[in-house]
Amino acid sequence: MHPILKLVVQRIALGLVLLLAVSLLIFAGTEALPGDVAQSILGQSATPEALANLREALGLNEPALTRYFKWLGGILTGDFGVALTNGQDIGQAIGQRLGNTLFLASAAAMISVPLAILLGLVAARYNGRWPDKLISGVTLSTISLPEFVAAYFVIYLLTQVIPIFQPVAMVFPGMGFWEKLQAVALPVIVLVLVVLAHMMRMTRAAVLNVMQSAYIETAELKGLGPMTVIWRHALPNAIAPIISVVVLNLAYLVVGVVVVEVVFSYNALGQYLVDHVAKRDLPVVQAVGLIFAAVYIGLNILADVISILANPRLRHPK
Amino acid sequence: MPDLLEFKNLRIEATSYPPGEPPRDVVLVDGVSVSVAKGKVLGLIGESGAGKSTIGLSAMSFGRGGVRLTGGEILLNGRNIRGMDAAGLRALRGREVTYVAQSAAAAFNPAKRLMEQVIETTLHHGIMGRAEAEARAVSLFAKLGLPNPESFGRRYPHQVSGGQLQRAMTAMALCPKPDLVIFDEPTTALDVTTQIDVLAAIKEAIRDTGVAALYITHDLAVVAQVSDDILVLRHGKMVEYGSVADIITAPKQAYTQALVSVRSIDHQEKPEAPAVLSVQNITARYAGTNFDVLKNVTVDLPAGQTLAVVGESGSGKSTLARVITGLLPAAQGRIRFAGRELSADLAGRTKDDLRELQMIYQMADVAMNPRQTVGTIIGRPLEFYFGLKGEAKRKRVQDLLDQIEMGKGFMDRYPAELSGGQKQRVCIARALAAKPKLIICDEVTSALDPLVADGILKLLLDLQAREGVAYLFITHDLATVRAIADKIAVMYRGQVVRYGGKTDVLTPPYDDYTDLLLSSAPEMRIGWLEEVLAHRKMESAGN
Repeated sequence: MHPILKLVVQRIALGLVLLLAVSLLIFAGTEALPGDVAQSILGQSATPEALANLREALGLNEPALTRYFKWLGGILTGDFGVALTNGQDIGQAIGQRLGNTLFLASAAAMISVPLAILLGLVAARYNGRWPDKLISGVTLSTISLPEFVAAYFVIYLLTQVIPIFQPVAMVFPGMGFWEKLQAVALPVIVLVLVVLAHMMRMTRAAVLNVMQSAYIETAELKGLGPMTVIWRHALPNAIAPIISVVVLNLAYLVVGVVVVEVVFSYNALGQYLVDHVAKRDLPVVQAVGLIFAAVYIGLNILADVISILANPRLRHPK
Repeated sequence: MPDLLEFKNLRIEATSYPPGEPPRDVVLVDGVSVSVAKGKVLGLIGESGAGKSTIGLSAMSFGRGGVRLTGGEILLNGRNIRGMDAAGLRALRGREVTYVAQSAAAAFNPAKRLMEQVIETTLHHGIMGRAEAEARAVSLFAKLGLPNPESFGRRYPHQVSGGQLQRAMTAMALCPKPDLVIFDEPTTALDVTTQIDVLAAIKEAIRDTGVAALYITHDLAVVAQVSDDILVLRHGKMVEYGSVADIITAPKQAYTQALVSVRSIDHQEKPEAPAVLSVQNITARYAGTNFDVLKNVTVDLPAGQTLAVVGESGSGKSTLARVITGLLPAAQGRIRFAGRELSADLAGRTKDDLRELQMIYQMADVAMNPRQTVGTIIGRPLEFYFGLKGEAKRKRVQDLLDQIEMGKGFMDRYPAELSGGQKQRVCIARALAAKPKLIICDEVTSALDPLVADGILKLLLDLQAREGVAYLFITHDLATVRAIADKIAVMYRGQVVRYGGKTDVLTPPYDDYTDLLLSSAPEMRIGWLEEVLAHRKMESAGN
């Protein structure tokens, strides 16, 4: 087996084990929460009989371990169960919102990742001079703003001062791709502003670190221009640290953007989770938690694999 | 016809930032005037800090770090390139002048195939098309004696040896058909046995392509093989300038004379004595590998004497040191030290075992904590092994400093404030502080200039005579061996191929490897290189 393939298989196997461990933690965590689901569904005035009946119906009387394996078995066969609060199928409810989440995240990623890397390279090229300071200054200010402040600022600017966008990002099933894109333009702008600095700074730092290497001097002495040196000789050797930060930000775009969703009334997974946490609807919380964990683990495996592939010593052993 | 390259009264400066003092400008090179004609080779020689590389790079009007070319003229092909704008410099770098770095291993981009890098300059300047450039690269690979020249370029830098990389870098420099190549210590990082092949390849390539060259080195014997003229530099100033024959047979300046006659130590082999260290049938391998780095190694070191372990890199010299110190427990074999059996593992050794067996390393500056003063560094073993404190400790540190011929003012200095030779002396004092019976010296003079290294060797011999300490001296340099050894073990691929008293080992008949090793050490006479190559029996392991 090629050593790369072996490493990749190892990483994926490790990821699956990790996911299993996370599922256990999520289950144990929700289990340990104080209070009783039946009580919270029926309210304070429920009769003891009604409570007992509901507990029996929800399967809450079985041992925790049995319930865990039932839950896990269901998920493995694609059945996330039903929401306690409204009896809806969780799988269905998640499916649509996950689509919205991924749409918003990928739109933001498509813009922010190339832009951040480009800005990072330019900042490295003009290290310590005004373009570097300008780029760092602007991106660091946008990351320093709380998301909702940035969001309201963008709304004010682009719907009031220059009215070109809608202040809410409503998407419906059946909307065309461009319509959808237009609808999410404002949240995308906000998210780009929020994630740009981190990736930009890492690109700049990683490239500057590589710029100390002897082979960069070799490239300069070949008569190559500074941007060619950075692009052709520095960036390929700085990929690994950049990728890991990019992936962290991608994960954030998927799982961490609830505030932006709320501000723009965007119907996605984050809002769905927060709503059901408030209602103590544990099956939903567990299902969404597991999906978020899977996204995190999956993206980190991806980062690992790309870092491995970027290393010629591993790609082409002696 | 004007010369290809001419320096007129060159002056180069940099800003130095000494710790705790305001920055100040220092003059690196001053008043250098020298010229190179088309197709000629000028050797630049001097100790580190003499300004050799700085002058070499100035031929491309390049200042490394914050180095500034502040005065004089650099005439390349008839025009002054000092102060030329960036676009003009980019047009000449790689087209008119190319550069071969000391460490090709670091100078190649690890993420790109060799061919891509070798022809990059040629393509960038539009000198040839891709197909033509690749064909030229392949023919250069063949000329430089690289294996499988057709497919060599498809490899990545980590897939070929150091000697091959150095040749690939030469091919990279020659590919765009430059007028001048700067060779910056191209063979210094190589084993002697590999150095000789690379040297021959470079010499032949220079001759065949008719390119002019600046050849920078600290080794006069090497530069005598490839140069037409030699410029001797010291502290950035010209000491002597003349033809090779004049410089090595009739040096006029005292400094040049010292360089020519360096290694003046005459050390007589001591008579047999009981062994302080006895290594018996040691076999060792690193965890996770199935390759024996040491195979059945047996050597004795008499008390108060020096055993030199010689061999090229990868021969197992340093691994032997790791086994003796217990850092790498041996798979088989025994080590007897000072009349007792040593535990193979470091954890099983007593404090006295540790105290009586000390080490000195090649890189003195990384072997010391940069945030501790010399007094703290030397005082540490005194405190740890003998419980010395306060005034007693301070007094003993001063004694040790006197022994290594460093005066009073050094106790409160930091390593960064010392020269290379002084740092190594502090490391020696630290080892001596433990009152050891044996000091393992791992290439302790390899990173030092010849004259400084000479001083260190004299000091070590002096200390041996006074304190009766034994040395296990690991080195790849035969001149060092001749200077210091009582016994010699020649290692090759993990085995001791020749072992005995110095006189016996260095007297013919030799085995093939010892012959190769001895004949590869450059000698300071013209025509030596060709002579040796005509008589070689075997290839070096690093090739």
